Amino acid sequence: MAHFTKAKNLHDWLNQRLAIDTLNRVLATEYWIPKNINFLWAMGMILAITFGLLLISGIFLLMYYQPNIDLAFDSVNYTIMQEVGYGWLWRHVHGVAASVVFLIIYIHMFTGIYYGSYKNGREMIWISGMLLFVAFSAEAFSGYMLPWGQMSYWAGMVITNLFAGGSLHADGLVEWIRGDYIPAQAFLNRFFMLHVLLIPLAIIGLIGLHFGALRIPHVNNQDGEEIDFDAEAKKYLAGDKANSKVIRFMNDFLAKDMMVVGIFLILFFYLVFYHYDFAMDPVNFDPANGLKTPAHIYPEWYFLWSYEILRPFSTDVGLIAFAFAQVIFFLLPFLDRSPNAVPASRRGLFKYWFWAMLIDMIILTAMGKVPPEGVFSAIGFYAAITFIGLWIILPFITKFEKKV
Amino acid sequence: MKNNSRRGFMGKAFGAVAGVGAVASLYAMKRSWDPLPSVKAAGFTTLDMSQYKENELVTEKWRGKPIFVLKQTAEMVKKAEKNPKDLERLIKIGNDYFLVCLGLCTHLGCIPGYNPDEKSFLCACHGGMYDFTGEVTKAPPPRGLDIPPFKIDGDKLVLGEEGPEYKKMLENGITLKA
Ligand code: FES
Repeated sequence: MAHFTKAKNLHDWLNQRLAIDTLNRVLATEYWIPKNINFLWAMGMILAITFGLLLISGIFLLMYYQPNIDLAFDSVNYTIMQEVGYGWLWRHVHGVAASVVFLIIYIHMFTGIYYGSYKNGREMIWISGMLLFVAFSAEAFSGYMLPWGQMSYWAGMVITNLFAGGSLHADGLVEWIRGDYIPAQAFLNRFFMLHVLLIPLAIIGLIGLHFGALRIPHVNNQDGEEIDFDAEAKKYLAGDKANSKVIRFMNDFLAKDMMVVGIFLILFFYLVFYHYDFAMDPVNFDPANGLKTPAHIYPEWYFLWSYEILRPFSTDVGLIAFAFAQVIFFLLPFLDRSPNAVPASRRGLFKYWFWAMLIDMIILTAMGKVPPEGVFSAIGFYAAITFIGLWIILPFITKFEKKV
Repeated sequence: MKNNSRRGFMGKAFGAVAGVGAVASLYAMKRSWDPLPSVKAAGFTTLDMSQYKENELVTEKWRGKPIFVLKQTAEMVKKAEKNPKDLERLIKIGNDYFLVCLGLCTHLGCIPGYNPDEKSFLCACHGGMYDFTGEVTKAPPPRGLDIPPFKIDGDKLVLGEEGPEYKKMLENGITLKA
């Protein structure tokens, strides 16, 4: 057994039992961050804080929400919104955060793609991040069901029908997922469970993995420079802070992180108080009706691009394209064959690839929102083809990239 | 050495027991997600077919799903007769022909709307279209609207029971098992 001495104070008492000094050093004061990173690297911290906001607001909503198809709609739109003191605040925080979290995830992802932060030893960071993206998607979808409005119901209908696999006609599987022939009580209960327990647990586990994956390769930097973290840390600790390329996470880098977080939170609460409705679909303020489909069914904005990849094709081809879009980002570290982990602007054709991909996804997002008619159908179709094409050419254009 | 193999054996034996337990609990989990018996038993629906008016779409309910009933006009029947596949989709009761189908698009399950003037269904979700016999006229839906199991009982129609006319439709590939 370890040797314990009489503690001098509470700090010493805890330190002997929990090694809090060591933890503080490894996790904060001697966790090294490169100096040359810009505000885009603060997105991870913003995501962590937004997840915290979702968790807290969710706990308060959970106290009054009723997972019952007859009561759910009113428990949200009447009880929580009208009766519960500040219930509206939790709902608006929860709704806005659920939407904004995806905006930040996309920025975080595209920052990683732009700076090549998924390459050369950082593959697990990317993969665990993509797993988080999938978990957040499942979390958002299951949460969208809970108010049991019209869009909830029909989104549940359409998305679960995807599992029939088109011509495979696996209706048994769809009924199994729903626990009924249609989205009904069993469906609501199990999605409630997923939303408040199973998926959040998975997300917390994955956040741990994502942070852990960062620990050894360290965070990338704006120039893609390979930093010898041990040597630079030594310099810093010896007092040569000016010449060291790294700084402490705490308090040095955290100051910058927190400033970005502060600006973000101001914008966030501006949305919560003045524009919460951007995150809420008006159709979802009609109670679910299994005998009437809304004129246009579309998902929340953050799923539009992948929804649009599904839409312009016949069922089977659409499903395959959709599945492709879901998994292909995972393979990015292996499809990008170039040895360079530098900003896209200093790379070869990849520079154009990056912007083409970003613009294509914005076009897909816009087309996913409009009704599938006429010229919009055509634009959506070509944008979907472009998306697939870009991924197919990626290994070829990166293979011939010169080492910089 | 001897000790080691004994530990190895214990490990394997435990592994086997745990494996059986894991498979058994997976099965239990799968069964827990199955629809409840009360849901599966959700009864039959009987429709009185004498009450419908020609070319007027009525939506009934069966197993929580919308069921379209569309009584055909003489002109529609004539049009359908030109294409035997179309006529086979209709249910004949007495001298009248009906389209009785699931009101869920075979693409992703939205409810198509009926336009009595053009005598066609439009699914606004992804722009799928069907004619008055429920046959697809414009993709993405992969097939015509599905026909629920039915049994003809005089001028009544029992949904949920498989009568000979329904079985014939299944055989001819007019509809899939809904
Ligand atoms: S659900 Fe009807 S066209 Fe897609």
